[in-house]
Amino acid sequence: MAEKVAVYRKENFNAAHRLHNPAWDEATNDRVFGKCNNPNYHGHNYELIVKLIGEPNPETGYVFDLKLLSDLVKENIIDRFDHKNLNEDTAEFKNLNPTAENIVIVIYRVLRNKIDPKFELKLRLYETERNFVEYPAG
Amino acid sequence: MVYVTRTEHFNAAHKLYNPGWTREKNEEVFGRCANENWHGHNFELDVTIKGTPDPDTGFVYDVKKLSIIIHEHVIEKLDHKNLNLDVDFMKGKMCSIENLVIAIWNQLVPHLPAGVILHSLRLRETPKIFTEYFGD
Repeated sequence: MAEKVAVYRKENFNAAHRLHNPAWDEATNDRVFGKCNNPNYHGHNYELIVKLIGEPNPETGYVFDLKLLSDLVKENIIDRFDHKNLNEDTAEFKNLNPTAENIVIVIYRVLRNKIDPKFELKLRLYETERNFVEYPAG
Repeated sequence: MVYVTRTEHFNAAHKLYNPGWTREKNEEVFGRCANENWHGHNFELDVTIKGTPDPDTGFVYDVKKLSIIIHEHVIEKLDHKNLNLDVDFMKGKMCSIENLVIAIWNQLVPHLPAGVILHSLRLRETPKIFTEYFGD
C-alpha cells in the first residue's frame, strides 16, 4: 500500500489590476476598495504555489514530474497572466473582480482540467508577502 | 559610524515604453514590460541613513520618525498608483527602477532633518531584480 506525498511547484507572475464593481457608484467603490480602486491600476508580484497530492509512481519515484508541472503551469497560467493587466488583457476578468480570491479560483479551474483527477490539487496564491489565499479551502 | 536601514513597501503598476519610439521598437527593447495596458509589482524600498548613535537615545535617528517621513513624501505618492500616470516626480521620465531610485532619492533628501545623512537606497522590483543608489 503506497503512501501519499504532497509535491509543490512555485511560479511567479507580475501583473496590474484594480478592484472595481461597475454596478456601484464611485463613492461606494472608493469606500469598499480604497486605494485598490485606482482607475489607473496598481500591481503586484504574484506567487503561485501548486500542490499535488498522490502516490509516488513505483517506476519513477515521482508523484508528478515537477518539470512537467512547471511547464503546465507556465503554458496555462503564467503565459496568460504575466506582465498583463488582469482587468484589461484577460478574458477571465472582463466581468469578474480580480481579487486574490477570484484569481485563485480561476487558476484552479484551468489547472484542474489539465491534471489527472487521481491527484488532489490545492493552490496558494500570494498577492503580497503578507496577503495570500488558498483554494480549495481546508 | 553606524548604518541604519528602514524597509518600506509599495505596490504599483507601470510600463517601460518610450513614447518617441514605435510600438515595434518598444516591444523589441522592453519585451513584455512594454505591454500598453501596464503590469505591476510589489516594490520594496530600503532606506539607509548613517551617523553616530546619540549618547542619550542610542539612536542614529529614530527609525519610526524616518518611516513617517518616507511614508509622507514617497510611499503615499507611489503606493497603489500607476508610476507612469499618477506620480508627479516621475512625469516625463522612463519608468525604470534605475530612474525611480534616483527620483526617490531626490524626493526624500530635502525632507530629512538636519544631521540625518542618507547613505543609500535599495529598490527591489522582484526577488531577482533590484537597484541601489548612493546619490552620486
